[in-house]
Amino acid sequence: MTEFVKYSASRLKEKITQDSLTASDIASSVAVRYDKVEEKVKGFAHFNKVVLSERAKELDKKAISGALSKIPVVIKDNICVKDELTTCSSKILVGFRPPYDATVITKLKESGALLLGKSNMDEFAFGSSCETSCYAPTNNPYDTERVPGGSSGGSAALVAADETVLALGSDTGGSIRQPASLCGVVGMKPTYGRVSRYGLIAFGSSLDQIGPITKDVNDCAALLNVISGYDPMDSTSADIPVPDYMGSLVDNVKGLRIGIPKEYDTESMFFDKKVPVNETGVKIKEAIKLLKDLGAEVVDISLPHVKYAVSVYYIVGCSEASSNLARFDGVEYGYRDKEASSLIEMYKKTRGKGLGSEAKRRIILGTYTLSSGYYDAYYLKAQKVRNLIKQDFDNAFSRCDIIMTSTSPETAWPKGLKTKDPLLMYLSDIFTIPANLAGIPAISLPCGYDSQGLPVGLQFMAKYFDEELLIRAAYTYQQNAGWKRKKPEL
Amino acid sequence: MSHYITTIGLEIHLQLSTKTKAFCACPNSFGGEPNTFTCPVCLGLPGSLPVLNSQYLRHAIKVALALSSNVSGRMKFDRKNYFYPDLPKDYQISQYDMPLALGGHVDITDGHKTKSIGLTRVHMEEDAGKLIHDNKRASSYVDFNRTGTPLLEIVSEPDISSPEEAYRYLVTIKSILKYLDVSDCNMEEGSLRCDANISIRPKGQQELGTKVELKNLNSFKGVRDALIYEEKRQARMLLDGEVIVQQTRLWNEQKQASEPMRTKEQAHDYRYFPDPDLLPFTIDSVLVEEIRLSLPEMPEEKRERFIRDCGLSEYDASVLVSDRAMSSFFESCVKLYPEPKVIVNWLTGDIQGYLNANNIEFSNMKTTPQQLTGMIRLIDNNTISGRIAKEVLFDMLVTGNSADGIVKEKGLIQISDEGVIEQLAADVLNENPKVVDDYISGKTNALGFLVGQLMKKSKGKANPQLANQIIKKKIEQARE
Repeated sequence: MTEFVKYSASRLKEKITQDSLTASDIASSVAVRYDKVEEKVKGFAHFNKVVLSERAKELDKKAISGALSKIPVVIKDNICVKDELTTCSSKILVGFRPPYDATVITKLKESGALLLGKSNMDEFAFGSSCETSCYAPTNNPYDTERVPGGSSGGSAALVAADETVLALGSDTGGSIRQPASLCGVVGMKPTYGRVSRYGLIAFGSSLDQIGPITKDVNDCAALLNVISGYDPMDSTSADIPVPDYMGSLVDNVKGLRIGIPKEYDTESMFFDKKVPVNETGVKIKEAIKLLKDLGAEVVDISLPHVKYAVSVYYIVGCSEASSNLARFDGVEYGYRDKEASSLIEMYKKTRGKGLGSEAKRRIILGTYTLSSGYYDAYYLKAQKVRNLIKQDFDNAFSRCDIIMTSTSPETAWPKGLKTKDPLLMYLSDIFTIPANLAGIPAISLPCGYDSQGLPVGLQFMAKYFDEELLIRAAYTYQQNAGWKRKKPEL
Repeated sequence: MSHYITTIGLEIHLQLSTKTKAFCACPNSFGGEPNTFTCPVCLGLPGSLPVLNSQYLRHAIKVALALSSNVSGRMKFDRKNYFYPDLPKDYQISQYDMPLALGGHVDITDGHKTKSIGLTRVHMEEDAGKLIHDNKRASSYVDFNRTGTPLLEIVSEPDISSPEEAYRYLVTIKSILKYLDVSDCNMEEGSLRCDANISIRPKGQQELGTKVELKNLNSFKGVRDALIYEEKRQARMLLDGEVIVQQTRLWNEQKQASEPMRTKEQAHDYRYFPDPDLLPFTIDSVLVEEIRLSLPEMPEEKRERFIRDCGLSEYDASVLVSDRAMSSFFESCVKLYPEPKVIVNWLTGDIQGYLNANNIEFSNMKTTPQQLTGMIRLIDNNTISGRIAKEVLFDMLVTGNSADGIVKEKGLIQISDEGVIEQLAADVLNENPKVVDDYISGKTNALGFLVGQLMKKSKGKANPQLANQIIKKKIEQARE
């Protein structure tokens, strides 16, 4: 059987028209691929072949002619899909089936997309390696002994492993871009407010954003087209018209001013946690040179406050998370400890057993930073520094149109390497976090492989609501990059 | 209490009667089967997000303006974090350091002096659900129908110096709120709730005493009773040389006593922080002005107008304006029958008496202004006597029927036929020769007795003026 899921969405669309493929044909191809490689990848948190085949038949009956008609999409396990398991890869939400669709899911359904299932993730998106999931950790398709990145590791790995065509992730500090980078796929965190958060189970509400994880930049534009837009159910979504991002698939960076921040030098950002110089920087330099050759202008810029980004992020993110995760108390839904004999005991045992250690660590951190007597020193100060970081970007964008860095300081690392050292793990997101703090859009796309054959990703960041420029720059790079793409061997 | 000065501050929680809840589209209504007025947002389901109801904001601004509180230019919502099963998100959306409005005052009067009670702030927050305990099965249930109901918290300054003042403050604020038509203000149904802070200190001492917070106050009277109890309890402790500890106490209505709930050390750290789901926003000053212009006449202004334009007494005017429904009923009546004093007598007399005796809110009264003034006109045109009118009015209040119908149905039309009255008078005089003699010998009040007898014989239907005239005439005739 033809493995339709290997195609990009744009290619599959052509195939569907040419060969009059049904959703059921495509679902079968998904099932075949699943049987072949999922054991090695472990990207799904919830996948049911029977349900998928029924859903495909249903879809064929409805014959929706939307932009993503019959295109397979995987949904990160923290996005609510009506009546489907949605657990944030946490024991505390075991068995939880939301009675409603997230706004992005409504949009996907209206576009005719074929929803495959839910992808594995770090528990509540707390992590950069997919190892804090209550299920088995997801493996990197390029080397199954290595992590796929996180927290949207399942989504990125499934796209890379051709188990799906498209995927949705969520990005609070790099959770879309970093796994996309480590798995050699394209991932975008849109501007805060571009995509509705309604139905995304919150981690850091002022940082979270849903975004596409795709095989190429074209698909990224197509999926972004479907999920973007103002939502009256989300007060933080922006009432700003959405352009047709397909129009940004233009091969042209002539005159584009690309800012290279001097602070994004790996060594200076790693504090005392020095890591050996890796090949990531080399690949980024090659990409810069290519864009320069294509007519872009390279500008040195400075973002003096981004060195505080990780600290600020862990205060703001954990503070919000400590409050957002309070509702998992065993009262209404999800896991409840049966042994408890009093209310307080129920809370303690339910949360004690239902939440993993990284979730507890962040809840405790956030509870501390919001406590009376510490609020000013931590939360309030962090918010002030966050404003300074925003200003850094505003200033930088007066000198350049787009900022370019590597997405992750390193390529995929062996599983277990950082699980015992949370701080080292936190630093994996050092290059991605600033965009979340500022709220600006950013994209990660593959820019080659290191000597071990592991994907390297480059990151573009743009001004608020300028996803068009991100797509144009990324598309131009994609169309002109000289290195040869290779699929993971599974 | 003569040795001590009492200091009281009140926190009122007011449910606003918006069409939908504070942050979702669920109906905001009382009652209903448990958990039927709910949706992912008010159930706090994972992934759901709040969106501010614009009618909630308008109502809140209306109250703030009516209480002379300064509506802020910019406001935000904060999260108040604490665990409780009736709070589905385990945090309450409230306002901390940038509330809807700051300052303001409520003027209370004891009939002689007016005192201004300052307000600290007016802020918006969502209500929690309700726990239902089943002691037989040792289980508890949660009803989330009330979750997300829009509340306003009105915090007074510690300007109240007696339980009686606290009571008057509540009555006054309720009457203002009723005029705004934004809340049912029903303490029994919980649409108006009140917590009190009270401390006492020896006369002459400048700094305030240690405050105690009182909760579970379920009526205005309960607030007053609990404060009186607490005032005495604290005074006794001070007299005995005991130290008052800062604590929260629950009022026990049955025992008429307060009981300790938690001390300051046990107080929650609510970890307030700005709710990232609801961004700070600027309140449109055009909207505020629009609401200000649409405010109805407030009770104080109305009272003055009634005294000035209708010639009412201070007392009558105060009684009328204390209830918005009564004052507008009065105004409708005056339009139909321009004798304000006659109307106010019926309203504050028989009508209020009936409503109080039967525990009926004025707004739920069945009789209309057309019906009341219709009845008064029946007295004016001698169809019924004033005495019969009282009977007719009672029927009207019970049935909601008009005076005309009742009078006809019950045959209560006044007897003005002189022939009939003369026959009745003749009977009365024949039956009471001694009283007639008393009258002739100069005891003028004997006449009243004879007229009374005649009225009795006519079952109250005789025209009293005619009865009076005819009896007098007949006695004169008999003497001649």
